[in-house]
Amino acid sequence: MNFGRLFAVWHARNLEFLRDRSTLVFNFLFPLALVIAFAVIFGGQPQALFKVDVVAPPGIVLDGALHPFLATRHVDFVRIEPGALMETIRKVERHQVDLLIDLRAAPRYWINEDSPKGYLAEKLLLESASGQATREPVSGAAVRYVDWLLPGVLGMNMMFSCLFGVGYVVVRYRKSGFLRRLSATPVTAFEFGAAQVLSRLLLTVSVTSLLYGALALFVPFRNEGSVLLLLLIAVAGALAMISFGFMMAARFASEELANGAINLTSWPMMLLSGVWFSLEGAPGWLQAAAKVLPLTQMLEAARAVMLDGAGLAELLPQLGWLAAMTLMFLGIAAAGFRWRAD
Amino acid sequence: MHIPMPPVLEVRNLVKQYDGARAVDGVSFSIAEGQCFGLLGPNGAGKTTTVEMMEGVTPPTSGEVLYRGAPLGARFREEAGIQFQKTALQEFLTVRETLAFFTRLYQRRRPVEELIRTCALEQVEDRDNRKLSGGQMQRLLLAIALANDPRVLFLDEPTTGLDPQARHNFWDLVRSIKAEGRTVLLTTHYMEEAYFLCDVVAIMDRGQIIAEGPPSRLLQEHFDDVVLELPREDIPGGISDFPMPLLVTGDRVEISTADVEGALRVLLSHGVPLRRLRIRPRNLEDLFLELTGRELRT
Repeated sequence: MNFGRLFAVWHARNLEFLRDRSTLVFNFLFPLALVIAFAVIFGGQPQALFKVDVVAPPGIVLDGALHPFLATRHVDFVRIEPGALMETIRKVERHQVDLLIDLRAAPRYWINEDSPKGYLAEKLLLESASGQATREPVSGAAVRYVDWLLPGVLGMNMMFSCLFGVGYVVVRYRKSGFLRRLSATPVTAFEFGAAQVLSRLLLTVSVTSLLYGALALFVPFRNEGSVLLLLLIAVAGALAMISFGFMMAARFASEELANGAINLTSWPMMLLSGVWFSLEGAPGWLQAAAKVLPLTQMLEAARAVMLDGAGLAELLPQLGWLAAMTLMFLGIAAAGFRWRAD
Repeated sequence: MHIPMPPVLEVRNLVKQYDGARAVDGVSFSIAEGQCFGLLGPNGAGKTTTVEMMEGVTPPTSGEVLYRGAPLGARFREEAGIQFQKTALQEFLTVRETLAFFTRLYQRRRPVEELIRTCALEQVEDRDNRKLSGGQMQRLLLAIALANDPRVLFLDEPTTGLDPQARHNFWDLVRSIKAEGRTVLLTTHYMEEAYFLCDVVAIMDRGQIIAEGPPSRLLQEHFDDVVLELPREDIPGGISDFPMPLLVTGDRVEISTADVEGALRVLLSHGVPLRRLRIRPRNLEDLFLELTGRELRT
């Protein structure tokens, strides 16, 4: 392992990327345009229905007999398990649920005082019944779709940049014969691979950070947690996805083939990793499959930080998984790496 | 006691088999320190495959390549300078940056300034390396091959596609590199180039070496005659009726003979004008034709 050689390959690749204006511009403009568009479309739109979550004694139907409030029309009453109480309170804080009521004993309800819909839902509750109900006020800003979407779009952009940026470039080098030229120098496969991964890591994380900053100016969004933690997640996620791209490119000598293979993996990731919509309603096996994907892990961690203010300890499972995948992908790539096209 | 130095490069019974075809079929030779060794042959003779096996970028099917008595390894990659026949370089880099990149890959380096001067790249040093002419590109590839101040230099068809002037400039460059005492392996299908630059040549055809030695010695061994060249239109009547064997090459005819006076007498007696007659010694092109029965550039 020679750091001078690694640095030389890293530096040359950085120059190549920075001077390839079209790629650079695409890396910034594409996600920026998307998020702004989504902010305009979804920002602060009210939903049609009130959503009220109910904890009820087991076996009893949710109707006016249990509590007169439950007979109110145009309200979406959803039964939740007692175990989900804490999680649902967080949803009230984020305005994802307008009101939570526990009817197992004397009625007790949670309401977000910052939520206009919560205010109305509470009025309906209090007018429906004469009896007392204990009020549990919570607070918190609404999670708009754009808040939820933003990590997804940034993550998706990182994924494309990581997979294509390394995969496509390495295949192009192999096809053009540049790799063969390098194989006649003292550079080792590991030095070459590490330089490519580190170069793409620096560029992807820099682009994503700049994008994050620019977005903070244009589209105020929510971040409850530490920006440094987000950076750590971005680095861990990018490493895993770049290594994946490098593994995909370890042997191919045709750009078309590499393009197809990377598309074949990036599209399912984009759909299954929860970039655009949550997979909460999907079948269990699909959710389990999605969990394996590096993008899923990265987005879970990023949303935990940005929406719930999660700390490092809560992120260890995701970070550990990403690190393990990085090592696995790099190991496979190094073992099967080819310098030549034929 | 005198311990003989192993040759700089030695090739033993090298074979490369591609699907159904033997590109290289049992080639052996060795190159001494400071020698310029030419591997000649027509396109498809197996020169480039042989050289790529010697460079360590193509694995041989069988046989071995030794560098200073040992299999190719880290030392070889540090000490060899290689100019591939065709190489893509990293995009968006200037000539100077490309050279800086390659020098950084080696422990022993030649200063970039010196490479630029040696290979006459001053005019284009800040140009994107994709925007170079053929001759400039060949000079850049040579400069890259010299980046590690190599002990042994591989030049694979370095002047293919260059115009005559660029080719002659390149030859001057290679001669000055040779004068520094470096060992050079050159492949070419220009016999003139080999004759001009090489101390020893090996002629390859269909994957095998069919002759090897210093160019002048090879010619002496195979020929004791000279060639008389005339424009074809100066021969009256049919070529086949002429009392001496004539070889037609394009718009010229060639007569090979050891008896120049006798041949001239026959020409004069048949009224052939000698105003445009040329007498030349045998060259490596003739040797190739003699050995294979085929012309080189077909």
